[in-house]
Amino acid sequence: MAAEVRHHQLVVVGGGLAGLRAAIEARAAGIDVAVLSQVHPARSHSGAAQGGINAALANHPDGHDDSPQRHAFDTVKGSDYLADQDAVIQMTADAPGVIFEMDHWGCPFSRFDDGRIAQRPFGGAGYPRTCYGADKTGHYLLHCLVERAYERRVTMYIEVFVTDLIVIDGVCRGVVAYDMLRGGFQAFTADAVIMATGGAGRVYSNSTNAIISTGGGAAIAYRAGVPLKDMEFIQFHPTGLRTTNILMSEGARGEGGYLINGLGERFMERYAPKAMELAPRDITSRSIQTEILEGRGIDGKEYVYLDLRHLGAHKILERLPGIRDLSIHFEGVDPIEAPVPVVPSQHYTMGGIDTDVDGRTRMPGFYAAGECGCVSVHGANRLGGNSLLETIVFGRRSGAAAAEELLGRESEAVGADAVAAAARRTLADVEARVSTLAARGVAGDDPYAVRVEMKAAMKEHFGVFREAVQMRAGLEKLRTLKARCAAVGLRHSGGVFNLDMMRTLELEGMLDVALAVAAGALRREESRGSHARTDFPKRDDERWLKHTLAYLDGAEPRLEDKPVALGAFEPQERTY
Amino acid sequence: MPEARFRIKRHDPERDASGAARYDEFVVPYESSLTVLEGLFSIQEHQDPSLAFRYCCRAAVCGSCAMYINGRYRLACQTNIARLAEGAITVQPLPHMTVVRDLVCDMTEFFAKYEYIKPWLIRTSGTPERELPQSPEDRRKLDMPVDCILCGACYSSCPSVWAEGNYLGPAALLKAYRFEVDSRDEGGGERMPAWENERGIYRCHTITNCVEACPKRLNPTEGIQWLKRAAVRRRFLGKKK
Repeated sequence: MAAEVRHHQLVVVGGGLAGLRAAIEARAAGIDVAVLSQVHPARSHSGAAQGGINAALANHPDGHDDSPQRHAFDTVKGSDYLADQDAVIQMTADAPGVIFEMDHWGCPFSRFDDGRIAQRPFGGAGYPRTCYGADKTGHYLLHCLVERAYERRVTMYIEVFVTDLIVIDGVCRGVVAYDMLRGGFQAFTADAVIMATGGAGRVYSNSTNAIISTGGGAAIAYRAGVPLKDMEFIQFHPTGLRTTNILMSEGARGEGGYLINGLGERFMERYAPKAMELAPRDITSRSIQTEILEGRGIDGKEYVYLDLRHLGAHKILERLPGIRDLSIHFEGVDPIEAPVPVVPSQHYTMGGIDTDVDGRTRMPGFYAAGECGCVSVHGANRLGGNSLLETIVFGRRSGAAAAEELLGRESEAVGADAVAAAARRTLADVEARVSTLAARGVAGDDPYAVRVEMKAAMKEHFGVFREAVQMRAGLEKLRTLKARCAAVGLRHSGGVFNLDMMRTLELEGMLDVALAVAAGALRREESRGSHARTDFPKRDDERWLKHTLAYLDGAEPRLEDKPVALGAFEPQERTY
Repeated sequence: MPEARFRIKRHDPERDASGAARYDEFVVPYESSLTVLEGLFSIQEHQDPSLAFRYCCRAAVCGSCAMYINGRYRLACQTNIARLAEGAITVQPLPHMTVVRDLVCDMTEFFAKYEYIKPWLIRTSGTPERELPQSPEDRRKLDMPVDCILCGACYSSCPSVWAEGNYLGPAALLKAYRFEVDSRDEGGGERMPAWENERGIYRCHTITNCVEACPKRLNPTEGIQWLKRAAVRRRFLGKKK
């Protein structure tokens, strides 16, 4: 396939909220920026976010004395003190400004009677500070940024599937991608790259995430030598639909919804007597899982009820119309008339590519923002409403930082021999990988069987509760699967929109990410935030108040420590 | 184990140079329930790895998987086969669109028309330090059009698009309505020329196929009619909105 090289000063991989916000910022600074996305940006997984985005606007009558400092405290406490406090303070300070900017750009936030942006209570927050647009906040924010990207004439390559970084002497100089609509691989050289590809939820079988949330960007960086941070911290959302794990927003509980067990009890009073259903997600998911394990699920089965009936049809139709539709279509239950069967479901990857507050990684020229990165502002447990905020705050900051780095520097054109040669090498490398896979054909192992077993292993061995023996068994399964992955074959070669090739290529990265989660989880001998070990039930600040860094060393992760930035808030016991 | 029978319209641009399409049949076993999208994945994984279709959220919010299923516009992810009539499930790409491969259509023109109507909030009088105030009543006017997921079903269903390829179509005009009706928007003067012309609102003959096709139950025709009234108000009564 004839390969061509395209050059831009800045390439942003991923067209969700973080990627678009980064691109818009760089464009405004006069940078030639291109967004590369596997799907049209309006289809990105950011659009599935429901409940809202946090900012201390102090619009809510009960929140008139809210402040970025209080938002920072709630976030750090919610993180079980693993978040970097300087990063959190930066994010909460930037929050009101970026929300007003989204409003000025047309985001249709819901409104209070006085015309100001409406805010609702959310889990783990001391004040009602979650700004929302009904229960479709992600969809509204995403379309708003897509619209702005069109207005700013940001170059977009739509339906290109990035597989590799182009690296010269340890400096990132572009990416290589499969052109889904035209077929073949293509190099996109650049003076800097921002990775913004989202989370890795789909390494689990029980994820709320979009099917494309496979951790691709993190895996590509990891393979190129950039460390991943805190991968063992996986968020389980308390309320995924029972049969599909589709998200039922935390906004449902923010508006007053109850969690009910098989005995008809509001069981959260046993676990978080003050916060009740609005305890943070890690605590609420553990509470539900405990009810299920102790036989108090509905009919003794593996689910509980999210009961909204007492809110009444009017409130449900006005504030929660989206989750009502999802519940009707995907679970066959109308929340106005019946309680909704829910189960804790993998939801968010707290860990990711290790970055500073401007998205910089350890590789010069390479930035990351959004869920594929880890600043870290979520630490061991993310608060609801902080992920949308992270995408916009750190998308903007990484776009600005990359622009500042590139401004005034002459863009090295395609002709720059070293870059062109490196691009050719990287292209040849991925084409050789594909040829090897294609040569095995049906004689190779079945990539879809490996995928299914990996997802099941992650759910079974690295779920809400974890324990050493069970995790070791899981790690062994993953190692076996990694070995099998090295022998899989392509069933379909070449052409356009080759799903077989894309899904097979992404499998290895998914396994690398899964192994980083597993290794980090087994090593961390404490319980902190989402990482709950039955064999080490207490948080251990003496030994473990530190980040995990995973480097890919051969086939296995090599783990190191990194200190946590403290200083503003003294670690204390977390009660709600 | 129950089984579902799929009949899928295929097109491979490299092999079928003539543009001829064929139908392939697949039998998909399933456990308790099955959506059309899950059926397509099962076929791609176990029977025909070359099958091409778009996917992303599998929760009816991203707009990737609009298709023509048993003679109706639907999102594959939102279509549980239990709700379809018995017999084979016929899956076709969006009709009247150029096919890239199998169930994947070329959306280039669709998004070019979206871009053409200037789908972004325009301010001419600047912005305050905080939010632009908007009453809940004004905000409610946005409820319908902001739910559009740009899936293309309405565009594919519109006879005016079939007849006149230049027509902007229901999705782009619904987006124009979404901004024109927004109390914060001041772009009427700049945006109106894009939709108030023979490519735009006057080409809508209120056939309302778009209303029937929309998987989010939106009403593009209502938006277009509002634009027609706004055009009269602005042209003949000198109103701004």
